[in-house]
Amino acid sequence: MIRKRAKRQSAVPAVTTLVVLRLYIADSAPNSARAIANLAAICKEHLGDQFELEIIDVLEYPQRALADGIIVTPSLTKISPSPLARIVGNLSDTNSVLHALGIA
Amino acid sequence: MRVTKPAATPPARAKVATGIPGFDELSYGGLKLNRTSLLMGGPGSGKTVFALQTLVNAARERNEPGIFVAFEETTRQLIADAAGFDWRLAPLAKSKLFFFEAHLSPEVVQSGEFDLRGMLAMLKAKKEEIGARWIVFDGIDVLLTLLQSPISEMREIYRIRDWLADDPMNAIVTAKVEGSMSAAVNYDFMQFMMDCVIRLSRRVEQGVSLHRLQITKYRGSDFVAGEHPVSFGQSGMEIGAPEPPEIKHAAPTERVSAGFERLDRMLGGGLFRGSSTLITGVPGTSKTTLAGKFAEAACLRGERTLFVSFDEGADPIVRNLSSVGIELEPHLKSGTLRMYSGRTESIGAEDHLVKLKSLIREHRPRCMVIDPISALAKAGGLSLARAVANRLVYMVKDEGVTILITAISEGDDPQTEATELQISTVADTWIHLSYIVRSGERNRALTIIKSRGTWHSNQVRELLLSNAGPMLADVYTAGGEVLMGTLRWEKEQEGKTKTTLRQVEFDQKRVDLELAEADTHARITALQLSLERQRVELAQLSSDNRETLVSSSQREQELGRIRSADPEPRASPPPPARGNGANGSAKAKASGPRSAR
Repeated sequence: MIRKRAKRQSAVPAVTTLVVLRLYIADSAPNSARAIANLAAICKEHLGDQFELEIIDVLEYPQRALADGIIVTPSLTKISPSPLARIVGNLSDTNSVLHALGIA
Repeated sequence: MRVTKPAATPPARAKVATGIPGFDELSYGGLKLNRTSLLMGGPGSGKTVFALQTLVNAARERNEPGIFVAFEETTRQLIADAAGFDWRLAPLAKSKLFFFEAHLSPEVVQSGEFDLRGMLAMLKAKKEEIGARWIVFDGIDVLLTLLQSPISEMREIYRIRDWLADDPMNAIVTAKVEGSMSAAVNYDFMQFMMDCVIRLSRRVEQGVSLHRLQITKYRGSDFVAGEHPVSFGQSGMEIGAPEPPEIKHAAPTERVSAGFERLDRMLGGGLFRGSSTLITGVPGTSKTTLAGKFAEAACLRGERTLFVSFDEGADPIVRNLSSVGIELEPHLKSGTLRMYSGRTESIGAEDHLVKLKSLIREHRPRCMVIDPISALAKAGGLSLARAVANRLVYMVKDEGVTILITAISEGDDPQTEATELQISTVADTWIHLSYIVRSGERNRALTIIKSRGTWHSNQVRELLLSNAGPMLADVYTAGGEVLMGTLRWEKEQEGKTKTTLRQVEFDQKRVDLELAEADTHARITALQLSLERQRVELAQLSSDNRETLVSSSQREQELGRIRSADPEPRASPPPPARGNGANGSAKAKASGPRSAR
């Protein structure tokens, strides 16, 4: 499990609520690698440091993924703020990701 | 050197039974062990039922856990849908079956491409956890359409195949096809990849929905080709496997009652055990009554009986038969009799066949009634019904069941029936019932048209119904026509009167003759008496005559002596004609003195 937590930098003013995200990937599969990269770019641009991201490798933690109701990889879940949102795919379509996360 | 070839049956381990009745026969043992089979078909063709039923059977009968990956439906939906079958899926889902909900809800947003690596990793984990031997990917087409590109579709299909190859399980993949296969790009490719391809279809023919199953490919194995009827019953899906081409029916000589004694006598002692009997007739000719009587007789012998009626409920039949003294109720209660009422239009003729097959398996009857088989013609066309009717008779005979079938004929001429379902050729005994309308009456006539291998009456009988059951009465023929009902009664009365008259006449004549005989006897006696008397008289007369002769000669001698006549002998003896007459003696007497003068 890879845990990434952006260091809080009080200087970034854009978003004030903390966004909690979970990304389920399958090792270094092309789609998974692309998803990590795409998400990192989106977060950096739109969330600043106001996010918490947990990356779960399904190959490593399949039972966790089963319990979380994951179907395919890569898969992104927004835990908070509610409502819960789910996005599948390599997150190449930035607009739909932002829309689903309720950012844009 | 000669090498004897072993039988061409594959080793038992190479296949794994699905437990779906009929399918394991068609595929000579089931699905290929540890290989993947593809089920294709339109919506509602039974793909999910096939897959789920196989899983349930494996879990329940062989204790083999399984995983069901549902791309189309939620677990809750699946369990609710399966509640119509007696699978008890809910408790099974807690222990031996794992449902993986792979249904992407509409709220899920798709952004870019995804793949199944993660899913397969999860399934592998689950497989190891529960020790699964089976896996079903149900509705893979739903997933594939989300992949958006034919290349990624193919890639994911390969991924599944490789995953299965690495860690073999018995796998079933189902895919929906709309109409022809051309709608989907990769189905050809998918078929190529799979070891066994099964097509399920559903079509509507004359308003009847017909389900079919066809095995189109089975790598390394033979299978029964062609489309086979599929029906859905309490235990799920059932495939109508074709009957073996060779007819192997035993021919018992044991007789069973056709229902009542008089009919048995007409049939030369009853029906042969395991034979088939056809009763034809226009509506209202008591076909059901005869069938009911046959069933009742079987039940009374303690034989398990199956009464199949089409388009008429079991309860009305029992009630109606009760009015003619046929009581089926107690046998229904005891379980000896099983009644099944089918609605012909609801399912196809072949589905009815499959249904009857499972009924026979469940009830194990020794006698069976189908009333009327002609109703099958409504279930998806005549040609189909014909084939089904024939197969039905053969199937029942295979089981050694004595069957009685009724068929409605359009006309009173039994030949018309022969053109309708053409069942008469396979029936061993054929009884035809008809109405004979004369003098404002309809009367029922019973004729035995044929009865294989047994003597039978050639005469028409009148069938009478009373609250004591059906009866047969002799009929009269007059001027080439049979007389029934009132006419028969009249004829009977007329006959009776004639008989009485004849009897009286006879008695009269006899008395007369006796009198005459007595009279003759009396006369004979009288004549005999008179004869006796005459004889006595005659005897008396001749003795008198002799005495007279003696005395006259003595007197002559005396006279001669007294009158001193010549001692010379008499010159002329009396003529012979008068020698013994009284006159002759008198003359002699008279001449004597004259000549002496």
